[in-house]
Amino acid sequence: MRILDPHIHMTSRTTDDYEAMYAVGVRAVVEPAFWLGQPRSGVDSFRDYFDSLLGWERFRAAQFGIRHHATIALNPKEANDPRCREVLDLLPRYLAKDGVVAVGEVGYDAMTPAEDEVFAHQLALAREAGLPVLVHTPHRDKQAGTRRTLDVVRESGIDPGMVLVDHLNETTVAAVRDAGAWAGFSIYPDTKMDERRMVALLQEHGTERMIVDSAADWGRSDPLKTWRTGTAMLEAGFTEDDVDQVLWRNPVALFAQSGNLVLDPVPGFVPGDLPAPAEFAGSSVLRGVRA
Amino acid sequence: MPTTSSRPTTGPTRTSTGGPAATDPWLADALAEVRRDPRAAERVLPLVGRHVGRDPLRPDVDPAGTVHGTVDDAARASVVVALAAVEPAPVLAAHLATLYRDGDAVERRGVLRGLDALTGSATGPLPGEVVAVGRDVAGDALRANDTALVAAAVGPFAAAHLDQHTWRHAVLKLVFQGTSLDAVAGLDDRADAELARMAADLAAERRAAGRAVPADLHRIGAPPA
Repeated sequence: MRILDPHIHMTSRTTDDYEAMYAVGVRAVVEPAFWLGQPRSGVDSFRDYFDSLLGWERFRAAQFGIRHHATIALNPKEANDPRCREVLDLLPRYLAKDGVVAVGEVGYDAMTPAEDEVFAHQLALAREAGLPVLVHTPHRDKQAGTRRTLDVVRESGIDPGMVLVDHLNETTVAAVRDAGAWAGFSIYPDTKMDERRMVALLQEHGTERMIVDSAADWGRSDPLKTWRTGTAMLEAGFTEDDVDQVLWRNPVALFAQSGNLVLDPVPGFVPGDLPAPAEFAGSSVLRGVRA
Repeated sequence: MPTTSSRPTTGPTRTSTGGPAATDPWLADALAEVRRDPRAAERVLPLVGRHVGRDPLRPDVDPAGTVHGTVDDAARASVVVALAAVEPAPVLAAHLATLYRDGDAVERRGVLRGLDALTGSATGPLPGEVVAVGRDVAGDALRANDTALVAAAVGPFAAAHLDQHTWRHAVLKLVFQGTSLDAVAGLDDRADAELARMAADLAAERRAAGRAVPADLHRIGAPPA
């Protein structure tokens, strides 16, 4: 099984996770910019966060044989905080950088006028930068939020084939597929979606334009949920090729539109060996004395 | 204003006027100091828990103190009330914004529950500057993931001053985080058809997922299964 996890917040995960992910077939990840679990107090906090997504985290993943990419945006929740709005001025510079495969996470949290403005603005930035968009759908009032998301996407004029609408469930999948966008599902230990329900959705809707991610972060989550879903698909009678389409070819096709997706094996990486004694800005993932 | 009357008086389900804090000599001194020199609030607010304790106000129904608050919440609220007694509205508004911004989660709760206390007090409507700051800090708290902080932002101030859209999302957020809607002041007065629609959609989403439907959703209008 080869896997691209298209939504995982590796900044919040350990090197053990990277090793376990490699062992089950994860070879590439996309890490969307989001919030910290509590509010940031200003723009500089975003600057350092974006830099770490494109710098240290990309380096760290490569030490474990995994290609790391990022999506950059002002997230919906912090779009409501006036201290953070100036981040929008930073975005064009970051969206041009290597390793950025989409604008995201954008979309709605509480569906406020501020979120409307910031979402529409970032869809326009995505068009200018020629990047796909990763859209978060809200926890609260999800059906209404998903409908409004699709309206805003349509009004922006962006090609729906450039848009991944994530965190979908039984009640929101059809509208997203009808709109021609990619349908994303975050498989959680409970809440958003689980493997069993995901298999049922794939049986009902097929494997085209369907994308599965772990959305693992600092909350209760599991970075191996992509693999577990693949395993559940095989047990339910899907073929290896079906699994490969959902866990690899679909996300690859979406993010390759950025021109920034790198999928070659990490040079010099040998599975099972200790990470190379390489350094990033004077720091390595190794601990203790180096031989 | 005597200390005893500066306690939050926000209704029987929100905050107690009794409890260990009410007679705490340290708090009485601290409130007197804040009235003499409001800048003392910066020093007092973080120290409250270690002096008055952190027990829930209604341990029988709310052992964690999330829904109805804690002894230190009430004590911090009384600091806010003391500030309001001596600071003119624009100064108070700026001061509360600073205390919230620089505060950790418990100090932020104190500011929010202090706004509740002021909303429920007999001194007349809150000045516009204070309401504006209150809306900002309540909005910030409602974006948080700390359940006690969110629950502190749905009291009488929220009932009186949050716009209907923000208020509905706050109510739904409590359901998501599993906090009893007993935390919401004025629930029956403000609940409307749109909130019932949102509750019904969420109930349908949970049923489609084969998951349990929280009982509080029916309280705000989701039809029974």
